[in-house]
Amino acid sequence: MNLAVRDIRHNLGRFALTTLGIGMLLMIVMGMAGIYRGLIEDATLLVDRIGADLWIVQRDTRGPFAELSRVPDNLVYRALAVPGVESSREFVLHTIQRQRGRERLRMTVLGLSWPSDKGAWLPLVAGRPLQQNHFELIADRSLGLRLGEQLRLGKESYEVVGLTQGMVSSGGDGMAFVTVPDSQAIQFDRAGEAIRLERAGRERRAATHESFIKQPTLSEQLAGPTSELPAVAPPDISAVLVQVAPGASVDRVAEIIGSWDDVTVHTRQQQKDLLVQGMVDKARRQLGMFRALLTIIAAIIMALILYTLTLDKIHSIALLKLIGAPNRVILGLILQQALVLGALGYAIAYAAGSKLFPFFPRRVVLTDADLVQLAVVVVVISVLASLLGIWRAMRVQPNEALMG
Amino acid sequence: MSDHPAIETRQLNKIYGSGNTEVVAMQDVSISVARGEVVALLGPSGAGKSTFLTAAGLINPPTSGQIHIGGQLVMDGPRATTDLRSFRRKHIGFVFQKANLIPFLSAHENVSVAMQLNGVPARTARARALELMRELGIDNRARYRPTMLSGGQQQRVAVARALANRPSVVLADEPTAALDSHRGRQVMELFRGVAQEHGAGVIVVTHDHRALDVFDTIYEMEDGRAKRQQHGTALA
Repeated sequence: MNLAVRDIRHNLGRFALTTLGIGMLLMIVMGMAGIYRGLIEDATLLVDRIGADLWIVQRDTRGPFAELSRVPDNLVYRALAVPGVESSREFVLHTIQRQRGRERLRMTVLGLSWPSDKGAWLPLVAGRPLQQNHFELIADRSLGLRLGEQLRLGKESYEVVGLTQGMVSSGGDGMAFVTVPDSQAIQFDRAGEAIRLERAGRERRAATHESFIKQPTLSEQLAGPTSELPAVAPPDISAVLVQVAPGASVDRVAEIIGSWDDVTVHTRQQQKDLLVQGMVDKARRQLGMFRALLTIIAAIIMALILYTLTLDKIHSIALLKLIGAPNRVILGLILQQALVLGALGYAIAYAAGSKLFPFFPRRVVLTDADLVQLAVVVVVISVLASLLGIWRAMRVQPNEALMG
Repeated sequence: MSDHPAIETRQLNKIYGSGNTEVVAMQDVSISVARGEVVALLGPSGAGKSTFLTAAGLINPPTSGQIHIGGQLVMDGPRATTDLRSFRRKHIGFVFQKANLIPFLSAHENVSVAMQLNGVPARTARARALELMRELGIDNRARYRPTMLSGGQQQRVAVARALANRPSVVLADEPTAALDSHRGRQVMELFRGVAQEHGAGVIVVTHDHRALDVFDTIYEMEDGRAKRQQHGTALA
């Protein structure tokens, strides 16, 4: 006869409510681990999907995700000249926030190196890759854009031609993919009045500059667009991505490029490590602290509930001792209840979490390792939580059954 | 073992405290109960009846004296010669003033739990529990929880539990106190039947003088001493 189950049945309402509460607490603990895993997955997803062997970034920086990196666009051709390099392409990444109707639209824009990269590597769930080098955009579903929708960014409108699933930046923002020139146009877009003021400023400075006074035709050029001025460099890009040829040594190529004085090179794994260690580490520690605290709180609540349940049946325990129940029966009664409480709480946490987590704004990833780890933790806290009740039950004397 | 008394106490003493605070709760109590014998223990409150019962029930060790159950020395002074909880489980049945049933178990589970604790398989324990309850006329209440039973029914369940492991000794502490006179007599007669049919020695602490004819032997306790009073109907 299982006394623990009989007692639970007798106190079903209270036990069910307690289990539900423990389940909700454990769901949060489970969710925190999932949020951390989601952060890592989001952070490394892009690096994995892009699949570049090497990332060339501004000298002594940690790359376009960790901090600002600016390299000239001609670095693409320098990299291509290195023995062992199969291909190289531009990488531009920046985050913008615009108003779309009544809602704020925050997105991370990634420039695709047209025409070598049309976004064929993206996990499209609708639409197609880019087919022209301007005014087309592939968006992640999380941005809420529809296929065929025209999105105004800066002075241009971009048509949503493709939709991806699960492509978010390390900050959790949905991603949009356009060509590098479009990406730069979006990034460096300025208001017309700002452009006019800058041109007027140029003309004012030229009016007092000796070279422009001697050659008036130079001054006429100053009124044109910035991109047409030979003395002004084209906009920088964030990084250059290198694909190493099959059979060539990634380390050797990295060594050659790393010897250049103006850039730093990271392998794919280094880039992922930088992302995880640099951007996610604090979040990991913070979430870890919360998990630890919530686990302790769950253990305390379980201990109090089990202690109360034990106090409620202290007379029955004395009676059981009186009729000769060995200590292991009493211990089993409390321990089994603790384990049932923990196991049901865990099951509720998993069931409720699986339903609720998809609605969270950030991705929550439940991994088998985390689930197993939490299961072990739940068993441990269940056992620890039962100790107080067991201690009280062991102190009960059989003659207490004779009192009242 | 059957030649020996069901229970025999020799010169039992129980002293609480020491020095100025010393209280003698039981003094030189020697009682012998044969198998099948029903003994009543009378006396005013504070006379030492419950102290004797808890000592005889191996719950509260005496300060000195001996307790033999089925011929086996179990307590030699305050020292136990065996594992008391295990011995209690196998050889002693208890019935209390209040039925003292486990509230989260049904009536038949309250009976069979005593047997299962003694290593009896669940199915056998259940069958014997139902058989005992049939003997006591409460088998139709087997599935009921204690709160759904009347006081008399609860007390019968408690008697069935006390008999479940075929004990040598049944100790009852004012088992009829919560019952009306009619039901009280029924329970006392139940003990009579239990002693005869199951061969157990029964000691009943009672204030109820209306059913004394049921007992074979009557002891009166006063100031911690027990004095044999008269023979009951069986010995008459």
